[in-house]
Amino acid sequence: MTDDQAQVRIPRQPPLSWRIVLRVSLAGMQRRMMRSVVTVTCVVLALAFLAYMLVLADITQALVELNDSKLNILLSERGVDIFAATQMDAMTLLLIGLALLTCTVGVANSMLMSVTERVREIGTLKCLGAQDRFIIQSYLVESTLQGLFGAAVGVLLGCAVAVAASSATYPGYVLSSFPTAVVLRSLLASMAVGLFIAVAASIWPAAAAARRRPVDALRVEE
Amino acid sequence: MHTHNPTQTIEPQAERDIVIRALNVKRHYGSGEAVTKALDGVTLTVYRGEYLSIMGPSGSGKSTLFNMIGGIDTPTSGMVFIDEIDVARLDAFEMAWMRCNKIGYIFQSYNILPTLTALENVTLPMRFAGLSPDEAREKGAEILRAVGLGDRLFHRPYELSGGQQQRVAVARAMANDPVIILADEPTANLDVDTGSEIIELLCDLKRDRGLTVISATHDMKMLNVSDRILWIRDGRVQRLEERRNLDIKIGTVASREAGKKAVAR
Ligand SMILES: Nc1ncnc2c1ncn2[C@@H]1O[C@H](COP(=O)(O)OP(=O)(O)OP(=O)(O)O)[C@@H](O)[C@H]1O
Ligand SMILES: [Mg+2]
Repeated sequence: MTDDQAQVRIPRQPPLSWRIVLRVSLAGMQRRMMRSVVTVTCVVLALAFLAYMLVLADITQALVELNDSKLNILLSERGVDIFAATQMDAMTLLLIGLALLTCTVGVANSMLMSVTERVREIGTLKCLGAQDRFIIQSYLVESTLQGLFGAAVGVLLGCAVAVAASSATYPGYVLSSFPTAVVLRSLLASMAVGLFIAVAASIWPAAAAARRRPVDALRVEE
Repeated sequence: MHTHNPTQTIEPQAERDIVIRALNVKRHYGSGEAVTKALDGVTLTVYRGEYLSIMGPSGSGKSTLFNMIGGIDTPTSGMVFIDEIDVARLDAFEMAWMRCNKIGYIFQSYNILPTLTALENVTLPMRFAGLSPDEAREKGAEILRAVGLGDRLFHRPYELSGGQQQRVAVARAMANDPVIILADEPTANLDVDTGSEIIELLCDLKRDRGLTVISATHDMKMLNVSDRILWIRDGRVQRLEERRNLDIKIGTVASREAGKKAVAR
C-alpha cells in the first residue's frame, strides 16, 4: 500500500455548514445548562461593573462640563475633581482590570470543566468522523453565544445602575444633560470587551477539547 | 520477547475479500516496570461479509483490539490495514474520513449524543460525510425505520429505553454505509431479550447489506450467529474457530454460563 493509493481513495472532507456546528453547540449548552449559567453570570457581573464605571465617568464628565455653580458644589461634595480632564483614575482602571481578569479566568475554568465532563461525547463525535476543526468551532460558537448574551445583559445592567445612582446623587441634572453619544460608545466598547473575553478565554479549552482522542468514546464513566 | 501466534496465514486468500488485516499488533500501556501488554502480538484477517466475535475474559484485550482494528487508537507496534489502507500512513483528516465512511461503531454504553434527537444522532455522521440536510434527513429516517424506530425519530435519548438507544446507535453506525460495523459489547447493558434483538438486528444487517460485523462480547448468544470466533487471552490469540466446528462446544459453554448465572441469582 503506497501513499498515492491512500490519497486517491480518501477525499478531503467538505467544509461543514455552520448550521450543524450551531446545532451541536446549542445541544452542548442545553446539556450543561448550569455550567452555561455560571459562565454567563461571570461575564454579566464583570461587564456590568465595567459598563457601570464607564457610564458613571461619562455622566460625571458631562456634569462637570455643564459648569453649573450649584452642581459644582454637589460634585465637590462627592469628591469629584472638577478640574481633571477625565474621571478615570488609576485605581478605577486597576479595579476594572482585575474584574475582567477574574472573569476571563472564570470563563476559561468553566469551559475547561465542560471539556472534562464531555470527554466521552467528544470521543464519540470523533468516532463519527468529526475533525478537530469541528470540535474547536463548536466550542467557539458556544462561548461566543454565551459572551454575547452575558455581555449584553451585563452592559445594560451596569448602565441602568449608573444612571439610577447618578440621578439619585445629582437630582434633576443627569437626564437633562445626558451624554447619549458618549455613553453609547462606552456601551459598545464594553460589549466588544465582553465578547473578546469570552472568545479568548475559550481558545485554550477548545484546543484541549480538539486534542481528545476517539478512544475516549469508550470510557465507561465521564 | 514475543512469540508469533499460530494463527492462519496472512496472505490474501483469492476467493475471499479481506477488509481488515492486523499484523503482529501490539499495544502496551505505560512503560518500564509498570507496562501492561494489553495486546501482545495479534495477527488477524477479517473477511468481507463475515460476523466475527471476539471472546475472552475481562481484561484480555478485547476492547484494545477493537480500538486497533477500528482506527481509533494506534498500535505500539505492528500494522493494521482497513479495506487495504494502511492506517499508520493516514493523517488526521484521512483518519476522520475513514471513521466517518468506512466504519460504524457501536458502544456498550450506547453513546447517543444527549439533547440531539434520534434522527439528529443518525444524520450527524451523514453531514460529516457531506450530505445535504434534506438528503441526510430522508436517509436517516429510512434507516431508523429499518431498525424499527420509525415512530421515535424525534425522541431524545432520555425518552428512549436502553434497547431503543442501542437501536439508534446501530442506525447511526449504518449512516454512511460503512464496510465494517464494530461493536464493543453491544449487549452488555441490556437484558437478555433486548440483547437478542440487537444481535438479530446486526445479523440482519450483515445478511441484507453484506456488512462485516466485528463484535467483542461476553455474550454466549452471540456465538450462535457468528461465522468465526476469536478467543483471546492475555493479549494473544488463543484460538480462532469457525462456528460450524464449534456447534457442540457452544452447548456446553452456554449451559455452563447459564448455570453460573442461575447460581448468581
Ligand atoms: N488506557 C489504558 N491505560 C492503561 N491500561 C489499560 C488502558 N486500557 C486498557 N488497559 C489494560 O489493558 C488490558 C486489556 O484491557 P481491555 O479493555 O482491552 O480488556 P477487555 O478484554 O475489553 O476487558 P472487558 O471484558 O472487561 O471489557 C487490561 O489489563 C487493562 O487494564
Ligand atoms: Mg472491554
